[in-house]
Amino acid sequence: MDLKETLLSSYLAFDAQDGPQHKLQDQRAAAIDVFEQQGFPTKKEEDWKYTSLRNLIKTNFSVFPKEEVNLKLDEVKEYILQDVDTYKIVFVDGIYNAYLSETTHEGVDVCLLSAALTKPKYADTIKKYFNQIAEKDASLTALNTAFTKEGAYIHVPEGKLVEKPVQIIHFTTDKNPNLLLQPRNLIVVGKNAEIQIVERHQSLTTNETFTNVVTEIFTEQNAQLDYYKIQNDQTTASLIDSTYISQRKHSHARVHTFSFGGKLTRNNLNFYHKDPEINSTMKGITLIEGSQFVDHHSLVHHAQPNSESHQDYKGIFAEKSTGVFNGKIIVEKEAQKTNAFQQNNNILMDDKASINTKPQLEIFADDVKCSHGCTIGQLDEDALFYMQTRGIPTKEARGLLTYAFANNILQSVKIDSVKKRINKLIAEKLGVNIGFDV
Amino acid sequence: MLSIDNLHAGCEGKTILQGINLDVKPGEVHAIMGPNGSGKSTLSTVVAGHEDYEVSQGTILFEGEDIADLSADERAHKGIFLSFQYPVEIPGVTVTNFIKTAINQNRKAKGLEDMPANVMLKKIREKAALLEIDSRFLSRSLNEGFSGGEKKRNEIFQMAMLEPKLAILDETDSGLDIDALRIVANGVNKLKGKDNAIVVITHYQRLLEYIVPDFVHVLHEGKIVKSGTKELALELEEKGYDWIKQGA
Repeated sequence: MDLKETLLSSYLAFDAQDGPQHKLQDQRAAAIDVFEQQGFPTKKEEDWKYTSLRNLIKTNFSVFPKEEVNLKLDEVKEYILQDVDTYKIVFVDGIYNAYLSETTHEGVDVCLLSAALTKPKYADTIKKYFNQIAEKDASLTALNTAFTKEGAYIHVPEGKLVEKPVQIIHFTTDKNPNLLLQPRNLIVVGKNAEIQIVERHQSLTTNETFTNVVTEIFTEQNAQLDYYKIQNDQTTASLIDSTYISQRKHSHARVHTFSFGGKLTRNNLNFYHKDPEINSTMKGITLIEGSQFVDHHSLVHHAQPNSESHQDYKGIFAEKSTGVFNGKIIVEKEAQKTNAFQQNNNILMDDKASINTKPQLEIFADDVKCSHGCTIGQLDEDALFYMQTRGIPTKEARGLLTYAFANNILQSVKIDSVKKRINKLIAEKLGVNIGFDV
Repeated sequence: MLSIDNLHAGCEGKTILQGINLDVKPGEVHAIMGPNGSGKSTLSTVVAGHEDYEVSQGTILFEGEDIADLSADERAHKGIFLSFQYPVEIPGVTVTNFIKTAINQNRKAKGLEDMPANVMLKKIREKAALLEIDSRFLSRSLNEGFSGGEKKRNEIFQMAMLEPKLAILDETDSGLDIDALRIVANGVNKLKGKDNAIVVITHYQRLLEYIVPDFVHVLHEGKIVKSGTKELALELEEKGYDWIKQGA
């Protein structure tokens, strides 16, 4: 039985189980049909031209964890931001872990999607937002919808500035080998509200793991959202992240994605503008080696006038690693005075590293400013010699130059603890102690 | 300190230096002059240790040790410093962070701990003042958008911070107006001592009015064709390089 067959039969078992998924029966049934018809994406599809899932789906992943696993804080401490007070929603092998978590209902709901699906007081919100912005005809998003049961649920009411960032963390362990996790997150940031969120998927095993996560985010009028994705996983862990952000007037959504490792990582990051005067920012650093693979597919859909989008992705690819960047910007006819900026700069450290980068602009309005640029290069040899003559050895010089190439992305990171963490990860990845502040 | 004997070197299969002999002792200032293309910059690049340049014959001894097989950073750790004719721009690294990294890497090579932050800061302030460098300048990206004068001042600032035994100043006067020239030369003169040596590479005599050499060498077609004292520089200025070319 191939993975698709396994999933289709698992769906029947999942549907027969008792659980919060029953509230979504119709939506799930429609979604599994989409997946059944389309199957896993193949390289024949334009959006998956450079990204092959063939190897990944050879593993017969299971959607059902066999046992509930408890982790000690000491075992996972390094993956959780400690030096800042945060709310935490932690899952282990897909199951909520109350011991490692800190949720709240005081002034803001930071809790579980399973709770939101079953408790009557959340019914209106679920009805209004759930599965409203996620693509219905994208097979992997549909697959996630079909298996929706658990994930993070965050609802920031109107006017609330949430001071503590929220960490959403998923661990996978060796107790449940070859797990396919399909978390589903729903985040609503109300009018004039603000929140910062950090998301991380971390495998604690060298077994193959596969996460197919879908996050729907709604930023209401004048809402502010900062979202940080830290992707630094095992070389046996694959992640397909589909994030959909629906924005209302004067809202600003900023997403930073730090892709530092994993077997296969695909980020589908989509912004949809529902009003005029909206601001969307997406930034990222990709820093990988070995035979790792990271793909960023972004979409900004400018549908109304006077909006802005800023996109800046830096990629550093060592050894045989491969990157993909596809930045799609659609400017509808109504979206006059749009200002869309896109930049993708890459460094290939070794001969066998590669990057496929493609801006994709579809502009139907005539009074817009759209700029895009991409570069692919190597480290500057003259700069390396210059640094050596100052006593900085080649390895450190390369590290410093690489860091310098990427570090402007960190300037817009608002949580110091995240900034420090990313700095540390970069230094570790480059194998140097560059030891200076941002 | 630096002893170059019958040095033949070049890059990409082309021999540019055709038998250089030069002996620099502690406390001395040497000037190397010569027309364009005579091999002045090649000489400084070879001594600094650029790996694209190959020594085909002869030796370079630094404090008695053959440095031919040492990389540029290892030579820097021994105390050789090269002030670039065209300093490289490094966006994203501030002047301060760059020099901190350089100092601490040099200390690491000597088995020393990082310099304490307050000591570093004090030293940076002191040396910046010597070169009349504004503190705002220190938080700018290295050489990015710097004027010619700022770049050269920054080179001498780094020299002041690193305190090399041998400093090679490659065309440090090019692109400098008279005020910047005076500041840079002042800085260099304050760093001069009985234990360190300076090699000034220049096309014109102008800089030598400020940094007075003990010896002047004239380089032509990869060889030192004439050596003398500071008067030789004046003679060159007056008669032009054609005088040397004809003589050679």
